[in-house]
Amino acid sequence: MDGIRTIARRELQGYFATPLAYVFIVIFLALMGAFTFYLGGFYERGQADLQPFFSFHPWLYLFLVPAIAMRLWAEERKSGSIELLMTLPVTTWQAVLGKFAAAWAFTGVALLLTFPVWITVSYLGDPDHGVIVAGYLGSWLMAGSFLAIGSAISAANRNQVVAFIITVVICFVFLLAGLPLVLDFFSGWLPEPLLDALAGLSFLTHFTAISKGVLDLRDLLYFGLVIGFWLYATAIVVDLKKAD
Amino acid sequence: MIKAEGLTKRYGALTAVDGLSFTVQPGEVLGFLGPNGAGKTTTMRMLAGFVPPTAGRAEVCGFSIEDRPVEAKQRLGYLPEGAPSYGEMTPRAFLAFIAAVRRLSGPERARRIDEVVGRLQLGAVLDRPIETLSKGFRRRVGLAQAILHDPPVLILDEPTDGLDPNQKHEVRQLINGMAADKIIVISTHILEEVDAVCTRAIIIAGGRIVADEKPAGLIARSRYHNAVTLRLAPGGDAAAVAGELRQVPGVAEVEVRDGAVTAFPRPGAALLTAIGDLAGSRGWALDRLELESGRLDEVFRTITTGSAPGRAA
Repeated sequence: MDGIRTIARRELQGYFATPLAYVFIVIFLALMGAFTFYLGGFYERGQADLQPFFSFHPWLYLFLVPAIAMRLWAEERKSGSIELLMTLPVTTWQAVLGKFAAAWAFTGVALLLTFPVWITVSYLGDPDHGVIVAGYLGSWLMAGSFLAIGSAISAANRNQVVAFIITVVICFVFLLAGLPLVLDFFSGWLPEPLLDALAGLSFLTHFTAISKGVLDLRDLLYFGLVIGFWLYATAIVVDLKKAD
Repeated sequence: MIKAEGLTKRYGALTAVDGLSFTVQPGEVLGFLGPNGAGKTTTMRMLAGFVPPTAGRAEVCGFSIEDRPVEAKQRLGYLPEGAPSYGEMTPRAFLAFIAAVRRLSGPERARRIDEVVGRLQLGAVLDRPIETLSKGFRRRVGLAQAILHDPPVLILDEPTDGLDPNQKHEVRQLINGMAADKIIVISTHILEEVDAVCTRAIIIAGGRIVADEKPAGLIARSRYHNAVTLRLAPGGDAAAVAGELRQVPGVAEVEVRDGAVTAFPRPGAALLTAIGDLAGSRGWALDRLELESGRLDEVFRTITTGSAPGRAA
């Protein structure tokens, strides 16, 4: 536990020692506001909830979260600091979890900084706060899933740009797995049960369910499993490729 | 104690390290020598637990680096090749991070950080990002990181690379100062370093050990060992001097190069007195007369390529 915390703290320091953290937070908040109030028609809807706000999260994450994840391991490999990290008395798991925890905590902070939207809707009307809390939770879990995917891809690539692009594509497929755009590609040759399973993998379906305030254990479990699976993959890839 | 048994690393068809076996005891400073690509860095990476061996095993203080990596790494200070670190961090933050990972805390942590900062003279750059520092400072930050927890075993991959002569001297003093009770393994391609800090040298070529000796023993392999060189004053007749030297008992061979005449002894023969007397009696005008101790670079070339002339093999 100590090892994970130490590595996570160092990573977080790294975010704030460079412009990365500030640029990310400013752009995240600016886009979030623009999408919610202009594209989402927050006022025009005349409803006291944050549906238009949360509905844009998956699309923002699609491009912003891989930008954080791409550096997790690719940078360590490129600069050679991975040799230092992996010869310190920490296990691969501690390193993988520490780095992920830092990135996840950072997206959590960015997410919390959207609180003025919550204040606004509370001022204008009488929203269901439980639904909003669920929305934030679901959004954070989804960000974690994107990060876990990005972490594994970053570990497999020394080049950050390549890691970014591949992560975006994989996240895109996961996001839309339940929609015809992805399903049509597979429906010709994949048997029906597998197609259903694929549709069940959609981030969007699970996230929409949570953000409507329906806290189903299966949805939470789903994101937990996705994060666990991709972090496991990260640990394997790190061990295989660290010295390449 | 460090123990390597049949340590082997293959990358596809290429065998980078081929069955290295050796042990290093406390108090020994082992120098790893070899041409570039001989497998020095790969060997050190295997000892430090960064690269898993294809075959064989390595042990640090009784802990297998593969089966008990955390215990082994706790006892190890490692300076990787090129001294990588986190460029955006300052040395102060970086050393604090290493101290935390090494579980140093409280006054002990402050004391150790102060000590390594003093020893490696990092005081002036403590608050500047590491990536803005000169190569010499970055190397010293890497060394500071390696010795921070005062480990019983130190593995240093080219610790003086990129340092100026003064800094090299300081780092060698640092190593000598720690050598008494530690196991230190350094790799280098600077031969004078072997003489300056190592108590034992292993030369590897093509992934195999080709020599494992004390530096004095290596030097004694040189054909120049105990040879006598006469540097003639301008206008001296080198050919005539060489001719006379060939008649001296115990001389195996005489070479003339750039106005200097070198007489190589037969095994065990001592030439200095005889040649000195001869030079006096003949009245040769000499700039210098010297007894050679041996040339490490020549031994190195002979051993690693097998092509240099001479009887040392």
